[in-house]
Amino acid sequence: MSPTAKKSQNPLPMKERIKVPRQLMPEQAAEERAHNFTEVNLGYSPELAQQEALRCLECAKPTCTVNCPVGVKVKEFVELIVIGDFLGAAAKIREDNVLPAITGRVCPQEDHCEGKCLLSKKVKPLGIGYLERFVADYEKRMGTHVVPNVQPTGKKVAVVGSGPSGLTVAGDLIQKGHKVRVFEALHELGGVLVYGIPEFRLPKQIIREQLDYMREMGVEFETDVVVGRTVTIDELMNEESYDAVYIGTGAGLPQFMNIPGEHLNGVYSANEFLTRINLMKAYKFPTYDEPMLDLKGKDVAVIGGGNTALDAIRSALRLGARKAYVIYRRSDAEMPARAEEVHHARQEGIDFQMLTAPVEFLSDGKGWLIAARCVRMELGEPDASGRRRPVPMKGSEFDLPLSVAVIAIGTSANPIVQSTTPGLGTNKRGYIQATEETQRTTRKGVFAGGDIVTGSATVILAMGAGRRAAKSIHEYLTTGEW
Amino acid sequence: MTAITACFDSSEHNHLVGNFAILDRGEPVFKIIHAQFLAPGIKRFVIDAPRIARKQKPGQFVILRIYEEGERIPVTIENSDPERGTINIVVQSAGKTTHLLNSLNTGDQILDVVGPLGKPSEIANYGTVVVVGGGVGTAMAYPTAAALKRAGNRVLSIVGARNKELVILEREMRDVSDALMITTDDGSYADKGFVTDKLRQLIQNGTRIDLVVAVGPIVMMKAIAEMTRKENIHTVVSLNPIMIDGTGMCGGCRVLIDGKSEFACVDGPEFDAHRVDFAVLVQRNSMYRDAEQRSLAEFQRAPKTQASSQEGEHACASIPAGRQGDQR
Repeated sequence: MSPTAKKSQNPLPMKERIKVPRQLMPEQAAEERAHNFTEVNLGYSPELAQQEALRCLECAKPTCTVNCPVGVKVKEFVELIVIGDFLGAAAKIREDNVLPAITGRVCPQEDHCEGKCLLSKKVKPLGIGYLERFVADYEKRMGTHVVPNVQPTGKKVAVVGSGPSGLTVAGDLIQKGHKVRVFEALHELGGVLVYGIPEFRLPKQIIREQLDYMREMGVEFETDVVVGRTVTIDELMNEESYDAVYIGTGAGLPQFMNIPGEHLNGVYSANEFLTRINLMKAYKFPTYDEPMLDLKGKDVAVIGGGNTALDAIRSALRLGARKAYVIYRRSDAEMPARAEEVHHARQEGIDFQMLTAPVEFLSDGKGWLIAARCVRMELGEPDASGRRRPVPMKGSEFDLPLSVAVIAIGTSANPIVQSTTPGLGTNKRGYIQATEETQRTTRKGVFAGGDIVTGSATVILAMGAGRRAAKSIHEYLTTGEW
Repeated sequence: MTAITACFDSSEHNHLVGNFAILDRGEPVFKIIHAQFLAPGIKRFVIDAPRIARKQKPGQFVILRIYEEGERIPVTIENSDPERGTINIVVQSAGKTTHLLNSLNTGDQILDVVGPLGKPSEIANYGTVVVVGGGVGTAMAYPTAAALKRAGNRVLSIVGARNKELVILEREMRDVSDALMITTDDGSYADKGFVTDKLRQLIQNGTRIDLVVAVGPIVMMKAIAEMTRKENIHTVVSLNPIMIDGTGMCGGCRVLIDGKSEFACVDGPEFDAHRVDFAVLVQRNSMYRDAEQRSLAEFQRAPKTQASSQEGEHACASIPAGRQGDQR
C-alpha cells in the first residue's frame, strides 16, 4: 500500500491544524514542587493528547522521524492517537523505541523530533515528547504489554551496563530470538536513569516497569558485576560462551576543575551528589543508612550548565537549600541543558549566575567549604566547540558564600573495561573505538555504544547507538561475518 | 528471593535484621558459609561469591550492602578460595553498618557483594620487603605478604594492635614471613610499642629494605611514610577513603596524590606513600563523623536496621551510619 493512497484519519483540514495551540503540559505548581521529589510534569489527559495530536501536519517527508536517533515513526503513532487507538500508538512507538515512557520524559526533543517540526516555522512544534509519554503511560495503566513470541536462535549476547543503551540493545535483541543477559555493576538496574536522573524528572517506578517488561520478554539481569573486574570480556566470550558482547558502560569518571580547595569537605562531584540522593536515598535518613550533608538552610551551588547540573541543584533546592545557584561560565544560549529543565528551574527559583566561573574554593580553616571565589566572564571568539569562548574579566572577582558546591562539568572515560580487554581499541581520550554505523569495536564480536564511545551525551543518543548496535549484532550473529 | 526471608526468619538475629525488602532482581545470592570472631569486634566471614573468588588478587577489596536500605561500604578481602567459590572478608565493628554486619552468622546472607575492586598489589621480586599491618589492616596486608613471599621476596612482617586480644592473623602472617614482629600499644603481648618502632629498629640496624607495604590506620601509614621518606625507601600504602560505587563513577573516594585528585577505587587503593596527602584523607574521612557517631549511638540504643516510618520523601536530618574509613 502506498502511503499517499492512504487517507488521513485526522479530520482537521491543514489550515485549521496550525490554529490549534500547543496543549500545555499540566505540572505541579513551582512553589509546591520546589519542596518535594514528586514528578514535575503530570502528563496529558486523553483529551489533551488527542487535541495535541490534531496539530500534526503529516509531512510527506517527516523530519521528526529523520531527526530521531532511534527513528520513531512519529506521524503514524500520532495519527493513531487522533483516532483514539492509544495502545496501537504505543505498539507503533515500540517498534523503534523500547523505552518510550523514559524518552518521553528525558529526551531533549528540541534537538531532535520537535526541532525541525514543520509547525515550528510558524507556531510551536508538535508536543511529540508529551504525546510519547502519554501513550507509554496509558499502555502501562492498561497493563497490556504485548510480549512478542519469537523463535530462539540459540545465540547468546552479553550486555555490559543496564543504562539506556544497554537496555535498548537487550530489548531489540531479545525480540530477534537471541538469549540476552545484562550485567550491571551497581546493586540496582538502570544505570544513569537510576543513579543520575532524579525522581522529579523520571520516577524510578517507570524504570522498574520497563525492566519488568524486559524480564517478561526473557531478558536476564545480573547485578553486582563489574565487567573488567568481576569477569572480563574475554571470559564472557571464551568461558561463558557468549557469541557477542555489547559494552554500554556509560560515561565514567567525573571531571574536576583542578582549582584550589576542590578537596574541601562540602565539595561534591555531581555524580556522587546525585548517587547519594537517587541511588542511595541518603536524604531519607533514618530509613536509609547512606549519609549526605544536611542541606537545610544551606547555600548550595552547582558548577556547570548541563542536565546533570540542573538535576543536582534542583535536588538541593528540594532538600531545603536556602540559596541554590547555577554557576555557568557561558551564557544562556550556550547552556547544554534541556530547554524545559532550564525553564522549570527558573520557575522554581534557582539563581542562575551566568558568565561566571569559580577560581578557588575557600576553607573555614578546618577543611570545610565556606565560599567559592568566582570571576565574571565575557564571551570572546568561538572555540573548538563552535561556542564563543568565555574570557575572565579582570578585577571581577567576588566571593559567593556556600556550604556545598557540586561540580558538574562533565566526565572522562572509565578505564576498567578497556584496560582489561586486550586488543580493544580506544581513542586518545580513552573512549572505546566503535564505527558509527555498526558500533563494532576493534575486537571481533565486541560492540560498544553510548557515552563510553562518544563521551557524555544524552539518553536518546545512547539509545540510538544501542539501536544500531542491536541491528549490527543481529547481522553478525546471523551471518557470522565480521 | 524468598530465601532471604526464610534465612532470617530462622535466624536468632532476626530482631536485628528486620524486614529485608525482597526484590526480584535476579541478582546473585551471597551466603555466609562461615562466620567467626578473630578478636573482640573483628569478625571473619567466608562468603559464597564464586565470581569474586575466581578473580580476587592481593590488594583488592569488595563493596557490600547488607540490606535494602543499607549503605555501601568497602571491606577488605583477606583471602579467597577459587575452587570452593568463597571469599574471606574481615570486618571490624566501627559504625552502624559494621556492627550490624558483625551480628550476622553462618547461614545468613548479604544482599550485595561486588568486586574484586581496585588495582591488585604490584607483586614482583623486590628483594627484601617489610609488610606492616596495623589493626584490622593486617587482613589486607596478609594476602599481599603471601604473594610477595611466593614471588621470592624476603618478607619481614610487622603486626601491631592495641592489645593482645586484638592481634589478628598471627599464624597466617608467620607462615608467609621470614620474620614476624608483633607490637601492642599496651605491652599486653609481644613487644610494647608501635609498628613504627620496629621499622625504625630495622632501619637503624642497617637492614636492607627494598620496599615497605603498610596497611592500617591513617596515622600509622602517615608515620611510616615520613620515616621511609628520609631513608628513600619505596613505600606503598593502601588508602581507605569513603566510597560509594567503587567503579570510578562517583569520585567520592578522591585522594590528593602529588596535589592531583586520583580515585582510590580505580587508580588505587595502593599509592606511593610519599606522594599521598594524608591530611586531606583524614579531613575527608571526617566528613560525616559527627553524624556517624550519633547514628551508632542510636543503633546501639535500639538495634534495628530500619526506621519505623517509610515516609520521609522530604529532606530529613542527614545522619549516616557507618565509619567506612575504619575498615582498612
